[in-house]
Amino acid sequence: MQTVTGSLIGMYHICKRELWLHANHIRMEHNSELVAEGKQLHEHAYPQRAERYREIILDGSKIDFYDPYDKVVHEMKKSDKMEHSHVAQVQFYLYLLRKNGVEGATGLLEYPKLRQTQTVQLTNDDVPVVEGWIRDIKRIVDREQCPGRIAKSKCRSCSYFDFCYVEEINE
Amino acid sequence: MKQPKYLFNAGRMSRKDNTLKFTPVDEAGIEGQPRYLPIEQVGDLYVFGSLDANSALYNFLGQEGIAVHFFNYYEHYTGSFMPREYLLAGKMQVDQTKHYMAAKKRIEIARRFVEGAANNILRVLKYYDNRDKAKDLTEAICLIERLLASVPMAVDVPMLMGIEGNIRQTYYGAFDAIVGQTFCMDGRSKRPPQNELNALISFGNMLCYTACLSTIYHTQLNPTISFLHEPGARRYSLALDLSEVFKPILVDRLIFRMINKRQLQPSDFRSEVGGCVLKDAARKRFVQGFDEQLKETIKHRALGRSVSYRHLVKLECYKLQKHLLGLEEYRPFKAWW
Repeated sequence: MQTVTGSLIGMYHICKRELWLHANHIRMEHNSELVAEGKQLHEHAYPQRAERYREIILDGSKIDFYDPYDKVVHEMKKSDKMEHSHVAQVQFYLYLLRKNGVEGATGLLEYPKLRQTQTVQLTNDDVPVVEGWIRDIKRIVDREQCPGRIAKSKCRSCSYFDFCYVEEINE
Repeated sequence: MKQPKYLFNAGRMSRKDNTLKFTPVDEAGIEGQPRYLPIEQVGDLYVFGSLDANSALYNFLGQEGIAVHFFNYYEHYTGSFMPREYLLAGKMQVDQTKHYMAAKKRIEIARRFVEGAANNILRVLKYYDNRDKAKDLTEAICLIERLLASVPMAVDVPMLMGIEGNIRQTYYGAFDAIVGQTFCMDGRSKRPPQNELNALISFGNMLCYTACLSTIYHTQLNPTISFLHEPGARRYSLALDLSEVFKPILVDRLIFRMINKRQLQPSDFRSEVGGCVLKDAARKRFVQGFDEQLKETIKHRALGRSVSYRHLVKLECYKLQKHLLGLEEYRPFKAWW
């Protein structure tokens, strides 16, 4: 049974093919300089990050920075280009917290390079929506067939770009 | 940027903190000035000289995912130190095995490799046919085209291998027309190669094979499960399959270019009991030429970006993966220039 993680939720909102490939361990991140850059940001953007932030694991999903005193989930991103998927990811974390007995937590999306932050909430109405994503992700990942690709313009910076778009052109 | 490193001199390689340290040692056993290779910049290591190393070094290389390829005194490829697989994907592995197990699926992919090889061979021959009116390669070209047309008729792998063998034989027969003034082909001989041109081909093919192997290592494909060659035995046979497609473009073109520019001459070889081998300086030049070839870039028509020849091999792996996953039918890389 596939564990649904924050990354899978994020991919679900961007590209179903990436979701399927990643969940089936066909990964390309090791080739991508953009991914390496994101990792760097994660490690170095906030050197003074307070002691009280914890990395926690809930139902197999990892939340990198959780502040248990103020009950805030921090999620860091490089750019806000895929914002809806970032919001979804944080809402999923809030959902996990709520399911594990933490009431009233909020989320904070951080864009250190843009010097911006954005708060994220999980309302009662959002809960069934998140549960719908989880069901849908499990359904997609368990399918035998990998989903098709999406419109090329969105794919340029994806680490799967070469994989998805390489082909031989007829003369 | 990770780059392959080629070690021609004898010496000792060791781990020094998170860096590689190479200390050359001369014939009298006297140590020279050590050189440091930052680990982030090292792709694979190619060992031609005599190398001293300990398990601490191999543990470090393994952890960093760096392969080491060994060549013996006669420049034969003897084996590789391959680090632990780091990109395991059960689904991919199962699909690759399924395509090997089902004869019909296997021959489909095997045919594509032969088609790819033949197309790239034709591209090389046509280039030399056009360039110099005095050389007549039309006969070889026609024959290879006919053989290529018979590839879809091959019902099993041995039959396909027969066609492939005939294509190669015709192709090597045409070598004299291209470099015959300096070297003589006199048929293909291996293990050991009997003359200069054969020594070059064998050596170049090994470089191509190891480049393919390293590339496969950085994908989720299993290097031992192949389609054209029989899997597993002795070699990473998927690397043999892939290198069929790239040998004409990466190796043969380089050989012709270096000979025609007189960068390689008969005096660069020595004949020994073990066959004909390249002298040290020439071997270095050839490896350098191969390395530069891999780094050269072309504008990829489907991706719309510049990609290196080395990356073309990776793209071939992706196409194969897509075929195995049932996404798109594999069509082999066809040089268009």
